[in-house]
Amino acid sequence: MLPWYALLLPLASAIAITLFTRRSKALSSFLSIAAVIGSFVCSCLIFSQSGIHIPEFTWIDFGEGFKVPVGFTLDNLSKTMLVLVSGIGSLIHIYSLGYMRDDEGKSRYFAALSLFMFAMLGIVLANNFVMLFIFWELVGFTSYVLIGHWFYRDAAADAAKKAFITTRIGDFGFMLGILMVWMGTDSVVFTQIAQRLWILTSHPAFLTIAALLLFCGAVGKSAQFPLHVWLPDAMEGPTPISALIHAATMVAAGVYMLVRVAFIIQASPTALLIIAWVGTITAVMAALIATQQNDIKRILAYSTLSQLGYMVMAVGLASTEAAIFHLFTHAFFKALLFLAAGSVIVMLHHEQNIWKMGGLSRNLPITFLTFVIGALALIGCPPFSGFFSKDAILALAYERNMPIFVVGLFTAFLTAFYVMRLLVIVFFGKSRSEIARKSGESPLVMTGPLIVLALLATIGGFTFFARNFLALPIEKEVAFLVPALAIAVLILGSGLAIATYRNRTSEPLDFELLRDKFYFDEFYNWLIDCTQELLARICAFFDRWIIDAGVVGGTSSSAWGIGALLRLAQVGNLQAYLFLFGLGIVVLIYFAVFR
Amino acid sequence: MITLGDYLIVSGILFAIGFAGVMLRRNLIIILMSLELMLNAANLSLVAFSRFRVLPTGLPDYNVQVFVFFIITVAAAEVAVGLAILVALFRARQTTDVKDISSLKF
Amino acid sequence: MPAFLFWIFALLMLIFGAAVVVNRNPVASALSLVVSFIGLAALFMSLDAYFIGIIQVLVYAGAVMVLFLFIIMLLDLRAEERRKISWLTSAGAIAVALALLLQIFYVVGHFKSAQQPFPPLARSTTDDVRNIGLLLFENYNLPFQIIGVLVLVATIGVVLLSRREPR
Repeated sequence: MLPWYALLLPLASAIAITLFTRRSKALSSFLSIAAVIGSFVCSCLIFSQSGIHIPEFTWIDFGEGFKVPVGFTLDNLSKTMLVLVSGIGSLIHIYSLGYMRDDEGKSRYFAALSLFMFAMLGIVLANNFVMLFIFWELVGFTSYVLIGHWFYRDAAADAAKKAFITTRIGDFGFMLGILMVWMGTDSVVFTQIAQRLWILTSHPAFLTIAALLLFCGAVGKSAQFPLHVWLPDAMEGPTPISALIHAATMVAAGVYMLVRVAFIIQASPTALLIIAWVGTITAVMAALIATQQNDIKRILAYSTLSQLGYMVMAVGLASTEAAIFHLFTHAFFKALLFLAAGSVIVMLHHEQNIWKMGGLSRNLPITFLTFVIGALALIGCPPFSGFFSKDAILALAYERNMPIFVVGLFTAFLTAFYVMRLLVIVFFGKSRSEIARKSGESPLVMTGPLIVLALLATIGGFTFFARNFLALPIEKEVAFLVPALAIAVLILGSGLAIATYRNRTSEPLDFELLRDKFYFDEFYNWLIDCTQELLARICAFFDRWIIDAGVVGGTSSSAWGIGALLRLAQVGNLQAYLFLFGLGIVVLIYFAVFR
Repeated sequence: MITLGDYLIVSGILFAIGFAGVMLRRNLIIILMSLELMLNAANLSLVAFSRFRVLPTGLPDYNVQVFVFFIITVAAAEVAVGLAILVALFRARQTTDVKDISSLKF
Repeated sequence: MPAFLFWIFALLMLIFGAAVVVNRNPVASALSLVVSFIGLAALFMSLDAYFIGIIQVLVYAGAVMVLFLFIIMLLDLRAEERRKISWLTSAGAIAVALALLLQIFYVVGHFKSAQQPFPPLARSTTDDVRNIGLLLFENYNLPFQIIGVLVLVATIGVVLLSRREPR
């Protein structure tokens, strides 16, 4: 029963809040937090026990090839993901109490948050494609609701729409991939597909296309190139949401899905190569753009994109362990960074431009400390967790694909550069505005989770910790060269950033291409414009000329025309009628008698 | 000997004359009279057939003659009504020319 | 009946029938029609259909033609003036009539029974009024009654149609 509790508690809370406690904001938040902590406790219990009975029942049954069960997978990976998702979820729920203290739609927010927890846990626990896809879509929907929480702002509403539509495009490919695999193996359950994989491997082209289509889902949900455009705009939502959904859990769902179906993907080397390169391109492109952004949340968003690229790169290099390891450590320090950024934003009365901040190390000490820990983990500085996980990926690349290693190393250099830039501009130097000068530390309800996450970000990478608590097989001892190169690149990047941005009041570098995000949004807008315009013209032409003029007009005109033609016979002359009558009789008799 | 065929041919010629008359004349009364000619041609052929078919009793088939009786009666009624219509038409249009009665022209 | 009588009466009927169509004076047409009817009645007699022949004279020549003449007098119709005949119209009409005639000739010519003489009757004079009356009132009573109603309706119709509109 434990898995059911873990999954359904947040759902119950969401339903209860929507139906009953809309008016009472305190009660709604209490319900939601209670539900997610209950879910976390259940997840810990599941993690500590082994041999839990896995419930499963058949939902749709139309015969051998069309059987869809509702069931859970409870292997090491899903157990650990359960703990991660519900744990970080709980921390962010508590943080939201402080961040959304004065918000009007607090009940609405917590209801959507609970629904999101339900959906995300569903993705983690699903044991078949159909269940996964249903929860996948539900996660996308709740993300839409939460990004557009302040829907009266045009930017937020547009961003929510953009997120939903972009991920939808990826989901379409995902669905096609699911259908292909279903068609090939007659089953949707992961374990059964693994047993029947030989059917697919005997048709390599089919397998490659199916694998790439499944990857499309991850491209949409995990914001890879070219569907990455929604993630930066999703920063219009409240910061806790950015932390939970767009850093730690939802975007990681794409990587999780890839790991689940890794046995399909790894059977096709072409697919692996393409996936690896897509991840690499995403990583380096996002890092380049991040160096020129001025909004604190945007920088963190592009950093998320970059790290997701690393995870996908790891999947493409056929190592699910490295990808999951990085997913875990990234969840810790990215959530930490976002929450700390949220703390800064709230204390500065919702100011997000980094050039209006400065010298906050003095004003917000705890936030500053935790932010530094998160930043160091992000750039891969030992002994923080980020160093171990990023190193594992770079080592893989060094062994298996040298060009990707070079690009990955360059991305690490850029990561160090822009993170140090952010740190220097926001926390060091003189305060650049009144608000910055007058700010104070955040309340405990917000700094508490920060401290917990900082702790996890610090110790998360150590082998004993990782092996015991993550229960994952970790890579063998990495070679000496790769860590050395990584650290060298790190020092180079940080040093360059500190040198460039120390004691500045405005941006000294000016790369328009990077600042305008490689003009992706403009290109997509133009593309959609053209296609819609073309489609609209075709439809208009069809409607005006073929339906209106052709079918409708044609019918009426031909009826009129035939009528006009037949009317000529009505001469009104009796004798003419009789003449035709007689002619008809003669002809009739001819045909009756003489033929 | 006069055979059935002779009667039928005579009847046919009378019918053709009546038909031509209806088509060619413009005066409505003449048209009605030609119509009577056609009816009578039909009567003639019917009576010829009635005489030709002799029943075992030695009598001609009188059923046909009953039919001819009905035809004559109905024709008389029709002529009466037709002439009444003609009178009404003449009062309205002051003409019996069939070419002038063409208001059903499109 | 001797053959020549048949031919005389047949020719009488046909020629005066043609006269009906050709004459320009409507009174002349009506009188030609009367003579044609008399010829027809004679032909009926030659077929041993005495009742029908008498009825023909009584009803057609007596009542119907009188009615025609009355109407012609009532409407005071003059003889038609000579008018331009459209040759196309007449040619067309005559063509159709001729075609019909030719078809009748063909059919009659191939009708095998048509070549045989009339079968003889049991008695030379038959009591056909009685026989027709019996048939009419026994077998065809219903149509007879309906014909009666029809004539009544025709009478009412005539009265209604020829009423002057009340001013």
